[in-house]
Amino acid sequence: MYAFDYQRPDAIAAAAAILSADPEAKALAGGQTLLPTLKQRLAQPTALVDLSRIPELSGICATTEGVSIGAMTRHADVAASELVRAAIPALADLAGMIGDVAVRNRGTIGGSLANDDPTADYPAAVLALNATVVTDRRSIGASDFFRGLFETALKEGEIITRVDFPKVEKAGYAKFRNPASRYAMAGVFVAKTAAEVRVAVTGAGQSGVFLWTEAGDILSSDFSVQAVSGLALDPSNLMSDLHGSAEYRAQLAKVMLKRALASITG
Amino acid sequence: MSEATTIVRVPVRLTVNGKSVSAEIDPRTLLVQFLRETLDLTGTHVGCDTSQCGACVVHLDGVAVKSCTTLAVQADGASVTTIEGLATGGKLHPMQEAFRENHGLQCGFCTPGMIMSAVDLVARFGPNLDEATIRENLDGNICRCTGYHNIVKSVAAGAAAMGSAEAPRAAE
Repeated sequence: MYAFDYQRPDAIAAAAAILSADPEAKALAGGQTLLPTLKQRLAQPTALVDLSRIPELSGICATTEGVSIGAMTRHADVAASELVRAAIPALADLAGMIGDVAVRNRGTIGGSLANDDPTADYPAAVLALNATVVTDRRSIGASDFFRGLFETALKEGEIITRVDFPKVEKAGYAKFRNPASRYAMAGVFVAKTAAEVRVAVTGAGQSGVFLWTEAGDILSSDFSVQAVSGLALDPSNLMSDLHGSAEYRAQLAKVMLKRALASITG
Repeated sequence: MSEATTIVRVPVRLTVNGKSVSAEIDPRTLLVQFLRETLDLTGTHVGCDTSQCGACVVHLDGVAVKSCTTLAVQADGASVTTIEGLATGGKLHPMQEAFRENHGLQCGFCTPGMIMSAVDLVARFGPNLDEATIRENLDGNICRCTGYHNIVKSVAAGAAAMGSAEAPRAAE
Protein backbone atom coordinates (compact mmCIF):
# COMPACT_ATOMS: atom_id res chain seq x y z
CA MET A 1 0.00 0.00 0.00
CA TYR A 2 1.05 3.57 -0.59
CA ALA A 3 0.95 5.77 2.49
CA PHE A 4 -2.28 7.54 3.35
CA ASP A 5 -3.65 9.60 6.19
CA TYR A 6 -6.42 8.06 8.23
CA GLN A 7 -9.46 10.02 9.34
CA ARG A 8 -12.39 8.78 11.34
CA PRO A 9 -15.10 11.42 11.56
CA ASP A 10 -18.18 10.80 13.68
CA ALA A 11 -20.68 12.72 11.57
CA ILE A 12 -21.71 12.65 7.91
CA ALA A 13 -21.09 16.39 7.50
CA ALA A 14 -17.53 16.06 8.81
CA ALA A 15 -16.83 13.15 6.45
CA ALA A 16 -18.29 15.07 3.52
CA ALA A 17 -16.17 18.12 4.39
CA ILE A 18 -12.94 16.08 4.32
CA LEU A 19 -13.88 14.33 1.07
CA SER A 20 -14.95 17.59 -0.60
CA ALA A 21 -11.79 19.43 0.45
CA ASP A 22 -9.52 16.70 -0.92
CA PRO A 23 -10.59 15.00 -4.17
CA GLU A 24 -7.81 12.44 -3.70
CA ALA A 25 -9.24 11.28 -0.37
CA LYS A 26 -11.40 8.17 -0.43
CA ALA A 27 -14.23 6.95 1.76
CA LEU A 28 -13.57 3.65 3.55
CA ALA A 29 -16.65 1.53 4.23
CA GLY A 30 -16.00 -2.16 4.97
CA GLY A 31 -12.82 -2.18 2.93
CA GLN A 32 -13.37 -5.60 1.38
CA THR A 33 -12.66 -4.25 -2.10
CA LEU A 34 -10.78 -1.06 -1.29
CA LEU A 35 -8.12 -2.69 0.89
CA PRO A 36 -7.21 -5.38 -1.68
CA THR A 37 -7.07 -2.60 -4.29
CA LEU A 38 -4.69 -0.57 -2.12
CA LYS A 39 -2.57 -3.65 -1.38
CA GLN A 40 -2.02 -4.09 -5.09
CA ARG A 41 -1.15 -0.41 -5.37
CA LEU A 42 -3.93 0.09 -7.89
CA ALA A 43 -5.01 3.25 -6.10
CA GLN A 44 -3.19 5.94 -4.18
CA PRO A 45 -5.59 7.98 -2.05
CA THR A 46 -4.13 10.74 0.07
CA ALA A 47 -6.45 9.86 2.91
CA LEU A 48 -8.95 7.21 3.90
CA VAL A 49 -12.07 8.56 5.55
CA ASP A 50 -13.41 5.72 7.69
CA LEU A 51 -17.22 5.92 7.83
CA SER A 52 -17.63 3.13 10.37
CA ARG A 53 -18.09 5.35 13.43
CA ILE A 54 -20.93 7.46 12.03
CA PRO A 55 -23.96 6.01 13.82
CA GLU A 56 -26.64 7.27 11.44
CA LEU A 57 -25.10 5.36 8.52
CA SER A 58 -25.85 1.95 10.02
CA GLY A 59 -29.00 0.07 10.74
CA ILE A 60 -32.14 -1.22 9.14
CA CYS A 61 -35.66 0.11 9.58
CA ALA A 62 -39.06 -0.75 8.23
CA THR A 63 -40.73 2.02 6.24
CA THR A 64 -44.25 2.42 4.91
CA GLU A 65 -42.96 1.56 1.44
CA GLY A 66 -40.64 -1.28 2.42
CA VAL A 67 -37.31 -1.34 4.15
CA SER A 68 -34.47 1.17 4.50
CA ILE A 69 -30.90 -0.05 4.94
CA GLY A 70 -28.13 2.23 6.22
CA ALA A 71 -25.13 2.43 3.92
CA MET A 72 -22.67 1.03 6.47
CA THR A 73 -24.85 -1.98 7.29
CA ARG A 74 -22.81 -5.17 6.88
CA HIS A 75 -23.94 -7.91 4.52
CA ALA A 76 -24.19 -10.35 7.45
CA ASP A 77 -26.61 -8.00 9.23
CA VAL A 78 -28.81 -7.65 6.13
CA ALA A 79 -28.80 -11.43 5.68
CA ALA A 80 -29.82 -11.96 9.31
CA SER A 81 -32.34 -9.11 9.50
CA GLU A 82 -35.92 -10.07 10.33
CA LEU A 83 -37.07 -6.70 8.96
CA VAL A 84 -35.44 -7.33 5.58
CA ARG A 85 -36.66 -10.92 5.50
CA ALA A 86 -40.20 -9.81 6.29
CA ALA A 87 -40.21 -7.12 3.58
CA ILE A 88 -38.12 -8.70 0.78
CA PRO A 89 -36.86 -12.22 1.60
CA ALA A 90 -34.87 -12.42 -1.64
CA LEU A 91 -32.81 -9.40 -0.55
CA ALA A 92 -31.81 -11.10 2.70
CA ASP A 93 -30.98 -14.25 0.69
CA LEU A 94 -28.82 -12.23 -1.70
CA ALA A 95 -26.89 -10.62 1.15
CA GLY A 96 -26.19 -14.09 2.52
CA MET A 97 -24.67 -15.17 -0.80
CA ILE A 98 -22.07 -12.40 -1.04
CA GLY A 99 -18.45 -13.51 -0.70
CA ASP A 100 -17.96 -15.70 2.34
CA VAL A 101 -18.84 -15.38 6.01
CA ALA A 102 -15.82 -13.29 6.96
CA VAL A 103 -16.31 -10.95 4.00
CA ARG A 104 -20.01 -10.56 4.88
CA ASN A 105 -19.01 -9.56 8.41
CA ARG A 106 -17.09 -6.55 7.04
CA GLY A 107 -18.53 -5.61 3.64
CA THR A 108 -21.31 -3.03 3.46
CA ILE A 109 -24.19 -2.30 1.09
CA GLY A 110 -23.08 1.30 0.58
CA GLY A 111 -19.52 0.25 -0.20
CA SER A 112 -20.71 -2.33 -2.69
CA LEU A 113 -22.96 0.14 -4.49
CA ALA A 114 -20.42 2.97 -4.55
CA ASN A 115 -17.85 0.59 -6.01
CA ASP A 116 -20.33 -0.81 -8.58
CA ASP A 117 -18.32 -3.87 -9.49
CA PRO A 118 -19.91 -5.41 -12.59
CA THR A 119 -20.00 -8.79 -10.83
CA ALA A 120 -21.31 -7.62 -7.44
CA ASP A 121 -24.67 -8.85 -6.15
CA TYR A 122 -26.36 -5.79 -4.65
CA PRO A 123 -26.60 -3.83 -7.93
CA ALA A 124 -28.94 -6.52 -9.31
CA ALA A 125 -31.28 -6.15 -6.34
CA VAL A 126 -31.21 -2.36 -6.36
CA LEU A 127 -31.97 -2.19 -10.08
CA ALA A 128 -34.64 -4.91 -10.19
CA LEU A 129 -36.38 -3.62 -7.06
CA ASN A 130 -36.11 -0.04 -8.37
CA ALA A 131 -34.67 1.05 -5.04
CA THR A 132 -33.59 4.58 -4.21
CA VAL A 133 -29.99 5.34 -3.29
CA VAL A 134 -30.01 8.20 -0.79
CA THR A 135 -26.86 10.29 -0.36
CA ASP A 136 -25.85 13.21 1.81
CA ARG A 137 -27.09 15.46 -1.02
CA ARG A 138 -30.01 13.83 -2.83
CA SER A 139 -31.99 10.72 -3.75
CA ILE A 140 -30.98 8.79 -6.85
CA GLY A 141 -33.29 6.31 -8.54
CA ALA A 142 -31.76 2.93 -9.37
CA SER A 143 -32.08 3.47 -13.11
CA ASP A 144 -30.00 6.65 -12.87
CA PHE A 145 -27.47 5.35 -10.37
CA PHE A 146 -25.51 2.72 -12.31
CA ARG A 147 -23.49 4.27 -15.13
CA GLY A 148 -21.12 1.51 -16.28
CA LEU A 149 -18.10 -0.43 -15.06
CA PHE A 150 -17.28 0.83 -11.56
CA GLU A 151 -19.15 4.02 -12.48
CA THR A 152 -22.10 5.51 -10.66
CA ALA A 153 -23.98 8.80 -10.55
CA LEU A 154 -22.14 9.72 -7.34
CA LYS A 155 -20.29 13.01 -7.53
CA GLU A 156 -16.89 13.73 -6.03
CA GLY A 157 -17.11 13.34 -2.27
CA GLU A 158 -20.79 12.34 -2.27
CA ILE A 159 -21.61 9.77 0.41
CA ILE A 160 -24.35 7.16 0.23
CA THR A 161 -26.29 7.30 3.48
CA ARG A 162 -28.95 4.64 2.95
CA VAL A 163 -30.84 2.61 0.38
CA ASP A 164 -34.64 2.56 0.36
CA PHE A 165 -36.15 -0.65 -1.00
CA PRO A 166 -39.84 -0.73 -1.87
CA LYS A 167 -41.76 -3.86 -1.03
CA VAL A 168 -42.74 -5.98 -4.01
CA GLU A 169 -45.23 -8.77 -4.51
CA LYS A 170 -42.57 -11.35 -5.24
CA ALA A 171 -38.82 -11.42 -5.72
CA GLY A 172 -36.09 -13.97 -6.26
CA TYR A 173 -32.35 -14.04 -6.88
CA ALA A 174 -30.17 -16.77 -8.33
CA LYS A 175 -26.45 -16.59 -8.88
CA PHE A 176 -23.81 -18.74 -10.46
CA ARG A 177 -20.67 -18.08 -8.45
CA ASN A 178 -17.16 -18.03 -9.68
CA PRO A 179 -15.82 -20.71 -7.34
CA ALA A 180 -12.57 -18.83 -6.63
CA SER A 181 -13.67 -15.21 -6.24
CA ARG A 182 -17.29 -15.99 -5.26
CA TYR A 183 -18.43 -13.11 -7.45
CA ALA A 184 -21.31 -13.70 -9.84
CA MET A 185 -20.54 -15.16 -13.26
CA ALA A 186 -24.19 -14.37 -13.79
CA GLY A 187 -26.71 -13.29 -11.19
CA VAL A 188 -30.35 -12.59 -11.95
CA PHE A 189 -32.76 -10.74 -9.68
CA VAL A 190 -36.46 -10.86 -10.53
CA ALA A 191 -38.92 -8.47 -8.87
CA LYS A 192 -42.66 -8.46 -9.45
CA THR A 193 -44.92 -5.56 -8.53
CA ALA A 194 -48.59 -5.10 -9.39
CA ALA A 195 -47.57 -2.96 -12.36
CA GLU A 196 -44.57 -4.78 -13.85
CA VAL A 197 -41.79 -7.33 -13.59
CA ARG A 198 -38.19 -6.12 -13.55
CA VAL A 199 -35.29 -8.44 -14.23
CA ALA A 200 -31.73 -7.28 -13.53
CA VAL A 201 -28.58 -9.15 -14.51
CA THR A 202 -25.21 -8.77 -12.83
CA GLY A 203 -21.88 -10.48 -13.51
CA ALA A 204 -22.44 -10.76 -17.22
CA GLY A 205 -22.76 -7.32 -18.81
CA GLN A 206 -19.82 -5.52 -20.38
CA SER A 207 -21.07 -2.30 -18.81
CA GLY A 208 -22.10 -3.73 -15.48
CA VAL A 209 -25.57 -4.46 -14.19
CA PHE A 210 -28.43 -4.07 -16.66
CA LEU A 211 -32.18 -4.55 -16.93
CA TRP A 212 -33.17 -7.52 -19.08
CA THR A 213 -36.20 -5.74 -20.46
CA GLU A 214 -37.29 -8.52 -22.81
CA ALA A 215 -37.50 -10.94 -19.88
CA GLY A 216 -39.37 -8.36 -17.81
CA ASP A 217 -41.89 -7.74 -20.59
CA ILE A 218 -42.64 -11.41 -21.10
CA LEU A 219 -42.96 -12.05 -17.37
CA SER A 220 -45.20 -9.02 -16.90
CA SER A 221 -47.87 -10.78 -18.97
CA ASP A 222 -47.10 -14.37 -17.89
CA PHE A 223 -45.19 -14.81 -14.63
CA SER A 224 -43.96 -18.37 -14.99
CA VAL A 225 -40.81 -20.35 -15.74
CA GLN A 226 -42.44 -21.67 -18.93
CA ALA A 227 -42.96 -18.16 -20.26
CA VAL A 228 -39.21 -17.59 -20.63
CA SER A 229 -38.31 -21.03 -22.01
CA GLY A 230 -37.89 -19.67 -25.54
CA LEU A 231 -36.03 -16.56 -24.44
CA ALA A 232 -32.36 -15.98 -25.25
CA LEU A 233 -30.06 -13.21 -24.04
CA ASP A 234 -28.06 -11.50 -26.78
CA PRO A 235 -24.37 -12.16 -25.97
CA SER A 236 -23.04 -9.21 -27.99
CA ASN A 237 -22.94 -6.92 -24.93
CA LEU A 238 -21.80 -9.55 -22.46
CA MET A 239 -18.35 -10.10 -20.95
CA SER A 240 -15.86 -12.61 -22.25
CA ASP A 241 -12.89 -13.46 -20.05
CA LEU A 242 -10.86 -16.42 -18.86
CA HIS A 243 -13.78 -17.58 -16.73
CA GLY A 244 -16.26 -17.83 -19.59
CA SER A 245 -17.30 -16.56 -22.97
CA ALA A 246 -20.15 -14.12 -23.61
CA GLU A 247 -22.21 -16.99 -25.05
CA TYR A 248 -21.61 -19.02 -21.89
CA ARG A 249 -22.72 -16.11 -19.73
CA ALA A 250 -25.84 -15.62 -21.87
CA GLN A 251 -26.78 -19.22 -21.21
CA LEU A 252 -25.94 -18.91 -17.51
CA ALA A 253 -28.11 -15.80 -17.21
CA LYS A 254 -31.05 -17.67 -18.68
CA VAL A 255 -30.56 -20.58 -16.30
CA MET A 256 -30.27 -18.18 -13.36
CA LEU A 257 -33.45 -16.42 -14.50
CA LYS A 258 -35.27 -19.75 -14.44
CA ARG A 259 -33.84 -20.63 -11.04
CA ALA A 260 -34.82 -17.24 -9.62
CA LEU A 261 -38.34 -17.72 -10.99
CA ALA A 262 -38.51 -21.27 -9.67
CA SER A 263 -37.55 -20.00 -6.22
CA ILE A 264 -40.56 -17.68 -6.35
CA THR A 265 -43.19 -19.71 -8.15
CA GLY A 266 -42.16 -23.06 -6.65
CA MET B 1 1.21 12.41 -7.33
CA SER B 2 4.06 11.45 -5.05
CA GLU B 3 3.83 9.24 -2.05
CA ALA B 4 3.28 11.10 1.19
CA THR B 5 6.69 11.77 2.65
CA THR B 6 5.70 11.97 6.28
CA ILE B 7 3.61 9.21 7.69
CA VAL B 8 1.23 10.39 10.36
CA ARG B 9 1.08 7.58 12.86
CA VAL B 10 -2.21 7.01 14.60
CA PRO B 11 -2.89 5.67 18.06
CA VAL B 12 -4.79 2.40 18.45
CA ARG B 13 -6.01 0.73 21.59
CA LEU B 14 -7.69 -2.62 21.45
CA THR B 15 -8.17 -5.78 23.44
CA VAL B 16 -6.39 -8.83 22.07
CA ASN B 17 -7.09 -12.19 23.69
CA GLY B 18 -8.36 -10.39 26.77
CA LYS B 19 -5.35 -8.13 27.16
CA SER B 20 -5.44 -4.39 26.49
CA VAL B 21 -2.82 -3.29 23.97
CA SER B 22 -2.01 0.11 22.54
CA ALA B 23 0.42 1.40 19.95
CA GLU B 24 1.09 4.19 17.50
CA ILE B 25 0.99 2.72 14.04
CA ASP B 26 1.25 3.58 10.37
CA PRO B 27 -2.39 3.63 9.18
CA ARG B 28 -1.44 1.13 6.46
CA THR B 29 -0.81 -1.55 9.04
CA LEU B 30 -3.09 -4.50 8.44
CA LEU B 31 -4.64 -6.13 11.46
CA VAL B 32 -2.72 -9.34 10.67
CA GLN B 33 0.57 -7.40 10.53
CA PHE B 34 -0.22 -5.76 13.83
CA LEU B 35 -0.96 -9.13 15.43
CA ARG B 36 2.06 -10.92 13.98
CA GLU B 37 4.72 -8.22 13.87
CA THR B 38 3.82 -5.86 16.70
CA LEU B 39 2.33 -8.34 19.16
CA ASP B 40 4.31 -11.42 18.05
CA LEU B 41 1.10 -13.43 17.78
CA THR B 42 2.23 -15.47 14.79
CA GLY B 43 -0.49 -18.11 15.05
CA THR B 44 -2.62 -16.08 12.64
CA HIS B 45 -1.29 -16.87 9.17
CA VAL B 46 -1.15 -15.01 5.88
CA GLY B 47 -1.86 -17.42 3.06
CA CYS B 48 -3.04 -15.63 -0.04
CA ASP B 49 -3.08 -12.01 1.18
CA THR B 50 -6.05 -11.46 -1.18
CA SER B 51 -8.95 -12.41 1.15
CA GLN B 52 -9.56 -15.74 -0.56
CA CYS B 53 -7.96 -18.36 1.69
CA GLY B 54 -9.06 -17.60 5.25
CA ALA B 55 -5.76 -18.54 6.96
CA CYS B 56 -5.86 -15.09 8.61
CA VAL B 57 -9.34 -15.35 10.13
CA VAL B 58 -9.64 -13.90 13.63
CA HIS B 59 -12.65 -12.76 15.64
CA LEU B 60 -13.32 -9.03 15.74
CA ASP B 61 -15.91 -8.18 18.38
CA GLY B 62 -17.04 -11.78 18.26
CA VAL B 63 -17.36 -12.34 14.51
CA ALA B 64 -14.99 -13.91 12.00
CA VAL B 65 -13.09 -11.48 9.79
CA LYS B 66 -10.13 -11.73 7.47
CA SER B 67 -7.35 -9.90 9.28
CA CYS B 68 -5.41 -9.46 6.01
CA THR B 69 -8.31 -7.35 4.72
CA THR B 70 -8.85 -5.25 7.83
CA LEU B 71 -6.72 -2.33 8.92
CA ALA B 72 -5.51 -2.39 12.49
CA VAL B 73 -6.98 1.11 12.92
CA GLN B 74 -10.40 -0.27 11.98
CA ALA B 75 -10.11 -2.51 15.04
CA ASP B 76 -9.41 0.46 17.32
CA GLY B 77 -11.55 0.08 20.44
CA ALA B 78 -12.55 -3.44 19.50
CA SER B 79 -11.89 -6.85 20.98
CA VAL B 80 -9.88 -9.33 18.92
CA THR B 81 -9.49 -13.04 19.53
CA THR B 82 -6.79 -15.00 17.74
CA ILE B 83 -5.99 -18.70 17.74
CA GLU B 84 -3.68 -18.04 20.70
CA GLY B 85 -6.67 -16.81 22.70
CA LEU B 86 -8.73 -20.00 22.48
CA ALA B 87 -6.91 -22.33 24.84
CA THR B 88 -7.39 -21.65 28.54
CA GLY B 89 -5.17 -22.74 31.39
CA GLY B 90 -2.90 -24.80 29.15
CA LYS B 91 -5.86 -26.84 27.92
CA LEU B 92 -6.77 -26.86 24.24
CA HIS B 93 -10.12 -25.42 23.23
CA PRO B 94 -12.58 -28.21 22.32
CA MET B 95 -12.36 -27.21 18.65
CA GLN B 96 -8.55 -27.41 18.72
CA GLU B 97 -8.73 -30.76 20.47
CA ALA B 98 -11.20 -32.02 17.85
CA PHE B 99 -8.84 -31.08 15.02
CA ARG B 100 -6.07 -33.05 16.74
CA GLU B 101 -8.28 -36.06 17.49
CA ASN B 102 -9.73 -36.23 13.98
CA HIS B 103 -6.51 -35.48 12.12
CA GLY B 104 -8.15 -32.33 10.72
CA LEU B 105 -4.89 -31.03 9.29
CA GLN B 106 -1.85 -32.07 7.37
CA CYS B 107 0.60 -29.20 6.91
CA GLY B 108 -1.36 -27.08 9.39
CA PHE B 109 -1.02 -23.78 7.61
CA CYS B 110 -4.77 -23.22 7.19
CA THR B 111 -5.62 -24.62 10.63
CA PRO B 112 -5.71 -21.41 12.71
CA GLY B 113 -8.17 -19.84 10.27
CA MET B 114 -10.17 -23.06 10.00
CA ILE B 115 -10.53 -23.27 13.76
CA MET B 116 -11.46 -19.60 14.17
CA SER B 117 -14.08 -19.95 11.42
CA ALA B 118 -15.33 -23.18 13.00
CA VAL B 119 -15.79 -21.53 16.40
CA ASP B 120 -17.64 -18.66 14.68
CA LEU B 121 -19.83 -21.24 12.94
CA VAL B 122 -20.81 -22.80 16.28
CA ALA B 123 -21.61 -19.32 17.64
CA ARG B 124 -24.04 -18.81 14.76
CA PHE B 125 -25.58 -22.24 14.32
CA GLY B 126 -25.13 -23.97 17.67
CA PRO B 127 -23.33 -27.22 18.48
CA ASN B 128 -25.33 -29.62 16.29
CA LEU B 129 -23.95 -29.04 12.83
CA ASP B 130 -24.74 -31.11 9.78
CA GLU B 131 -22.18 -31.67 7.07
CA ALA B 132 -23.85 -29.35 4.55
CA THR B 133 -23.86 -26.42 7.00
CA ILE B 134 -20.21 -26.97 7.84
CA ARG B 135 -19.10 -27.24 4.22
CA GLU B 136 -21.13 -24.23 3.11
CA ASN B 137 -19.88 -22.04 5.92
CA LEU B 138 -16.24 -22.99 5.52
CA ASP B 139 -16.23 -21.79 1.93
CA GLY B 140 -14.01 -18.86 2.86
CA ASN B 141 -11.29 -21.16 4.20
CA ILE B 142 -9.10 -23.03 1.77
CA CYS B 143 -7.06 -26.14 2.59
CA ARG B 144 -4.72 -27.55 -0.06
CA CYS B 145 -3.80 -30.76 1.79
CA THR B 146 -6.67 -32.60 3.38
CA GLY B 147 -9.48 -32.69 0.85
CA TYR B 148 -11.60 -31.29 3.72
CA HIS B 149 -13.15 -34.59 4.92
CA ASN B 150 -11.29 -34.67 8.20
CA ILE B 151 -11.75 -30.94 8.68
CA VAL B 152 -15.51 -31.36 8.38
CA LYS B 153 -15.37 -34.27 10.85
CA SER B 154 -13.26 -32.18 13.22
CA VAL B 155 -15.67 -29.23 13.10
CA ALA B 156 -18.67 -31.47 13.79
CA ALA B 157 -16.88 -33.14 16.70
CA GLY B 158 -15.55 -29.84 18.05
CA ALA B 159 -18.98 -28.26 17.84
CA ALA B 160 -20.55 -31.16 19.75
CA ALA B 161 -17.79 -30.94 22.37
CA MET B 162 -18.38 -27.20 22.72
CA GLY B 163 -22.07 -27.96 23.24
CA SER B 164 -21.47 -30.50 25.98
CA ALA B 165 -18.79 -28.30 27.59
CA GLU B 166 -21.35 -25.51 27.81
CA ALA B 167 -24.16 -27.68 29.14
CA PRO B 168 -22.88 -28.04 32.73
CA ARG B 169 -22.14 -24.34 32.91
CA ALA B 170 -25.64 -23.53 31.71
CA ALA B 171 -27.06 -25.76 34.44
CA GLU B 172 -25.07 -24.12 37.20
